[in-house]
Amino acid sequence: MAFLEIARLEKSFGPLRVVRDFNLSVEQGEFISLLGPSGCGKTTVLRMVAGFETPDSGAIQIEGRNVVRQRPNARKIGMVFQAYALFPNLTVAQNVGFGLKVAGVPRREAEERVAEMLALIGLPDLGARYPFQLSGGQQQRVALARALAVRPRVLLLDEPLSALDAKIRVSLRTEIRTIQQRLGITTIFVTHDQEEALSMSDRIVVMNGGIAEQVGTPFEIYNQPTTKFVANFVGTISTLVAEVEDPAGGAVRVAGQTIRLPRPVEAPRGGRIGLALRPEALHLGAGDGRDTMLPATIADVQFLGSVIRLQLHTGGTTVALDTFNRPDMPPPRVGEHTQVSFAARDVIVLDS
Amino acid sequence: MRSAKIWSWIAFAAGMLYFFLPLIGMFEFSLRARRGEYSFDAYASVLGDPQFRATFGYSVLMALFTIIFGILLVVPTVFWVRLKLPRWRPVIEFITLLPLVIPPIVIVFGYIRLYNTSSWLPLTGTAMGTNLLLMFGYTMLALPYMYRAVDTGLRTIDVQTLTEAAQSLGAGWITILARLILPNVLVAVLSGAFLTFAIVIGEFVLAALLNRPAFGPYMVWMGANKAYEPAALAVIAFVVTWACMALIQLVTRLSAHTRAQQR
Repeated sequence: MAFLEIARLEKSFGPLRVVRDFNLSVEQGEFISLLGPSGCGKTTVLRMVAGFETPDSGAIQIEGRNVVRQRPNARKIGMVFQAYALFPNLTVAQNVGFGLKVAGVPRREAEERVAEMLALIGLPDLGARYPFQLSGGQQQRVALARALAVRPRVLLLDEPLSALDAKIRVSLRTEIRTIQQRLGITTIFVTHDQEEALSMSDRIVVMNGGIAEQVGTPFEIYNQPTTKFVANFVGTISTLVAEVEDPAGGAVRVAGQTIRLPRPVEAPRGGRIGLALRPEALHLGAGDGRDTMLPATIADVQFLGSVIRLQLHTGGTTVALDTFNRPDMPPPRVGEHTQVSFAARDVIVLDS
Repeated sequence: MRSAKIWSWIAFAAGMLYFFLPLIGMFEFSLRARRGEYSFDAYASVLGDPQFRATFGYSVLMALFTIIFGILLVVPTVFWVRLKLPRWRPVIEFITLLPLVIPPIVIVFGYIRLYNTSSWLPLTGTAMGTNLLLMFGYTMLALPYMYRAVDTGLRTIDVQTLTEAAQSLGAGWITILARLILPNVLVAVLSGAFLTFAIVIGEFVLAALLNRPAFGPYMVWMGANKAYEPAALAVIAFVVTWACMALIQLVTRLSAHTRAQQR
């Protein structure tokens, strides 16, 4: 049995079913992200694990013991909130030591642990300050130290980076991941930011409408999405409509060209399916190993710094294409006629 | 710009005169007990009166118990309503406003009917029981002020998230209330406590009809029977009130996190 096992979890608020048949096994030390749009039920799942919401049915087992009926303060679960939730009347050191004091840890030991935690988050000298004297990033790091000080069995992070500036968000996510790996603490991270989820997690659970659409490593989620929702939600995709020629042989027809996909297609001959392509799978002009080439017209050029994103009209639709910026080669102009190529193995077939 | 400043000074001066002139007049009158010269005779008479000391001491003690009981009643109630029963807030607010609508005389007659010596709970049968009734009555009179003060204080903090953060760190309800909620609304609780104090010190109806030796009835008796002493008593009451306010300011400043916030 896994360290944290969530089985058949259900939760409704009035007539609204926010979580449906949610199942997840988390191994000890794993970093799991719950990723999804607002209202998909990810925070509700997290709050049920923390004990702030009671599931209508289902089980949440930590180390083999069902905690559904356990009060939140008895679960030994650390939590970090989006709004920091530092206690305004306590100093940084008192905040970090709060859980230790509640647990009756001897003073000397508690002080050592607080110092250790403050060193861990890189703020060893700010123990005497009050929360309002810290920046948002510092406050969130203190909140993390406070949650970790009591050595919880599971760490829950509820969109902890959402209230921060873009730059601090990026640096703090690296920091959180480093600390999590160093301590080997089992962590569930809730976010609606796919970049955070992809960069930090061992595995991602993509949620939609209260169900887990797909569970997998960031690589799997990005490259092999199993549903249309996952493909659309994680990263950018362009969809070409294709007509099935030979379902068993994986042959489909797009803009007068036949493409042979590496796997059979689950659709009848003559049926229409969507072929999804990531912007980086498309190439301007001919490219190595890219067996399919389509005529295209440049519709829009976005200069993003290291990357140039092009919108092209091709195959009766508009596709997005990413190409690296090269100082010696100016970007193409809008209206230019060109060709795009891609490899059949990079096509994501959206048949569900 | 300049004329606006002059007008604001004039408005300020008018306000101060309106407030201080009667006080100065009263103070001046209180000094005239000795014919032809100013003296503190009236004050000496008041302070030397054993009745004054007994009733004032009694009322101060009652005020302290009322404040403690009020805090124990109101802080957990407001906290719980904010956290778990937000839909009940208008109802609770309405209930706390009732003492402003229902006169104390109705309440005290209700008490006497319900808790007289031939009732199921004969509280008026003993001095201690009557003191208890009086304290409950005072708590109710102060409820509109205490409730609003604490409610406003709690509005400034994110009660739900702070409570959940404390729970996830292992804290129970009493720890959360005593170590997080109360310290964060201390200033609000103190202002509620001060209002309670002022109400209890001056209250007449409850104390008179329950026949307790409180300061309110003493002041009324004094006003009806003496000339200069009531003015002296009023000045003393003002000084006590201001001393309380100064004390609240002092305590507020001593609390480190509020001091830091005010900076």
